[in-house]
Amino acid sequence: MIDFLTLIQVLDGTLRLATPLLLVCLAGLFSERAGIFDIGLEGKLLAAAFVSAAFAAITGSVWLGLLAGVLASILLSLLHGLASITLRGDQIISGVAINFLAAGLTVVIAQDLFGQGGRTPPLKSGGRFEPLNFPWSISSKEMSDAGPLMQLYSELLSGHSLLVYLALLTVPLSWFVLYKTRFGLRLRAVGENPAAVDTAGISVVGLRYGAVVIGGILCGIAGAYIATSLQANFTKDMSAGRGFIALAALIFAKWRPWYALGACLLFGFFFAVDNRFQNILMPAWALSSFLIFISLVLLSYVWKKDYLDKVVLGGLALGIAIISLMVISSVWTSGISSQVKIPVVFIQSLPYVLTVVVLAGFVGRAIPPKAGGQPYVKER
Amino acid sequence: MTMNPAIELKRISKSFGPVQANKDITIRVMPGTIHGIIGENGAGKSTLMSILYGFYRADAGEIFVDGKKISIPDSQAAIAAGIGMVFQHFKLVENFSVLENIVLGAESGALLSPSLSKARAELATLASEYELNVNPDAIIEDIGVGMQQRVEILKALYRKANILILDEPTGVLTPAEADQLFRILKRLREEGKTIILITHKLREIMDITDTVSVMRQGEMTATLETNRTSPENLAELMVGRKVLLRVDKSPAKPENPVLEIEDLNMFDDFGVQRLKNVSLSVRAGEILGVAGVAGNGQSELLEVLGGYQKANGSVKIKGSEIDLSTGVAGDGQARRAQGIAHVPEDRQREGLIMDFMAWENSVFGYHREKSNQANRFFMDNNAIRKEAEAKLDRFDVRPLDTKLRAKNFSGGNQQKIVLAREIERDPDLLLVGQPTRGVDIGAIEFIHQQIVALRDRGKAILLISVELDEILSLSDKIAVMFDGKIMGERLPSETNEKELGLLMAGVSGEAVQ
Repeated sequence: MIDFLTLIQVLDGTLRLATPLLLVCLAGLFSERAGIFDIGLEGKLLAAAFVSAAFAAITGSVWLGLLAGVLASILLSLLHGLASITLRGDQIISGVAINFLAAGLTVVIAQDLFGQGGRTPPLKSGGRFEPLNFPWSISSKEMSDAGPLMQLYSELLSGHSLLVYLALLTVPLSWFVLYKTRFGLRLRAVGENPAAVDTAGISVVGLRYGAVVIGGILCGIAGAYIATSLQANFTKDMSAGRGFIALAALIFAKWRPWYALGACLLFGFFFAVDNRFQNILMPAWALSSFLIFISLVLLSYVWKKDYLDKVVLGGLALGIAIISLMVISSVWTSGISSQVKIPVVFIQSLPYVLTVVVLAGFVGRAIPPKAGGQPYVKER
Repeated sequence: MTMNPAIELKRISKSFGPVQANKDITIRVMPGTIHGIIGENGAGKSTLMSILYGFYRADAGEIFVDGKKISIPDSQAAIAAGIGMVFQHFKLVENFSVLENIVLGAESGALLSPSLSKARAELATLASEYELNVNPDAIIEDIGVGMQQRVEILKALYRKANILILDEPTGVLTPAEADQLFRILKRLREEGKTIILITHKLREIMDITDTVSVMRQGEMTATLETNRTSPENLAELMVGRKVLLRVDKSPAKPENPVLEIEDLNMFDDFGVQRLKNVSLSVRAGEILGVAGVAGNGQSELLEVLGGYQKANGSVKIKGSEIDLSTGVAGDGQARRAQGIAHVPEDRQREGLIMDFMAWENSVFGYHREKSNQANRFFMDNNAIRKEAEAKLDRFDVRPLDTKLRAKNFSGGNQQKIVLAREIERDPDLLLVGQPTRGVDIGAIEFIHQQIVALRDRGKAILLISVELDEILSLSDKIAVMFDGKIMGERLPSETNEKELGLLMAGVSGEAVQ
């Protein structure tokens, strides 16, 4: 069985890996709540990671790195704003363009500046965010001898980068801004019905730019975090799809800040499990009955649905059922108490499977902001 | 002593590209009056009011409020000048509460809760002052359109509006709700507010306004005192020639039933029941009008009969059963093959492909018919084009240019293209939804005549319209729908607007009699 310390370590990893997801998810939340879809989160994250690592490497100051990363991300946000708000272009295309731009430019500039195959040199201390150790916390060497409360305090609560605590703080802050301030009311209104905002005499354009710039700042912090805190340099494509996973988390969270925290922690947990364990051992009978249960739930849900839902979710259920049959057949040959190895790729794929299930409307319908994706044009 | 007009517009002009929407318009509205502006669609009424509300900027002209010249570059300036506007399509955030919608844009500080509590108190005062009661915590999408309109009026009053502009306010209301609105407007007038009412309904002008201005093709053709004019006179001023306000038709000679609907039930994608045991029958040579406030199942009835929604129940066309269970693409074709023609409610989204040319649009739904095929693989485009020209000519489509894209025709001419396509096939049953929505008076007359002519050729017609006047003047028999149910059937000669209005509001037939 898994001992308490291992559990704490997985949760500690969850927190570290959820941080960039959370910041990017909240960035998307501000933008999409204002009616601007943001596929370009990934690109902004990557660009910010590179720029902050490059500045930190050159200047030796992590704070200058952070600032530069945030500025780079804001710049890309403004580009997205120019294309989709001012010029009323297609928001998806603009976002995709930003992703390509970031993926290409970061490597090219990195190669030109540092000549290390598109990466930045490893950051020395001062160029990275160091863990903040709380008073009385103990080092990891002493951890295995300490009591559970001490382990919880020192491993899970203490010892994270400043940006992790900042990200956690952003959740209540976002909630407050969105639901308790004038700006938040207007921002939510502009994503639902921009004409209502316009006729009330408020600038739709101004509000939407405000929202994308907030998104840019949050993405910038997330980028700086992965390059100067989670890792200690920039490597090619280091954002690794986090921008897209954050988008999935945003849908999962139904565009709400506290839900976003939950969704990102869940996705972070999957990544942490993936990092910590190679393969997971589980009794075969437990696994197969669990899988059969899931496929039955899926099938019963799908029974009365439309053709498309039947194909997508029914196919998923069929796949799960086949896997569980394979497990059963292996039990047949090696006995009831045998253990089955769950390859870690299954855990890795869980966030994506979860997203598909969410999008198919399995966990209640996720209703996006009504005016999302549409440029605002006064009707004639 | 002379009073300053509440609003005076002098020589306002506005063009959108080559189209001159407003030409040299001058208008004076005295304080404490209800002033009507009437005109056909596209006459420039809404443009003029949007200029007053700062939504558009005039190319030339001056605006005076209370005798002072002001400029209105944006809506904020209009609000500051005491002008409030209730748009035809409400500008409300649907998932916000009433209170949040009222406060939006008129908050008293950066934090929300003081603004909300201030608005709550203010709302209570306004409610008692003008008898405008709403629940401040209700969510907009949960309340009816009449209530939503009240919220729009309250929004303007909360911003201290003295001049209230209402753009086609009764389009979405039941007759009873409209009466209630007019009571509110009269009350506002008593309190000294000035009201500008934009409408294309002559009856409303006669009922409630003190003065009326008529607009035609961007120009102001007359301003009159309402009690010194008549509906006929106004209609002539609007169109520029004499028009028939009533459809001229002989009594119906109904024969055998063509369409028989029994116990039709339908659920939408969210599992909400939209049609509840609907039973209707339409005979050859008869127009059955289905009245009701928009959204009470009429659209769904058309969609089921037209073949793009599935349903349970029995529908027979000339005695043979229609398969209602599939609801897939291709049903529309099958229905047409059975002699059902369909003029959908939303011509721009369902009736036409706006980016396609008139001749292409004139054949959709029938393009697979043998007469349109040159051989096994190709359509006979030349023949189709030629036939299109003849068809559109018979339906008086202007301009008569088969290569013009559908979106470049006016609303009335778009509708004529759809009608030409469907009626020229000589169907046994014509389904027609909102035939004259957004169509000008001249074209309305023509469209009504075509529908009556089809009836006189012994065909059955199912007419769905939210315009009660249209239902009353065209139908040989009237059914009223409410909440997916048929509330009752009446003969036009034996009923009146009041009775139909009650049925439309869901008051049962027995209670009405």
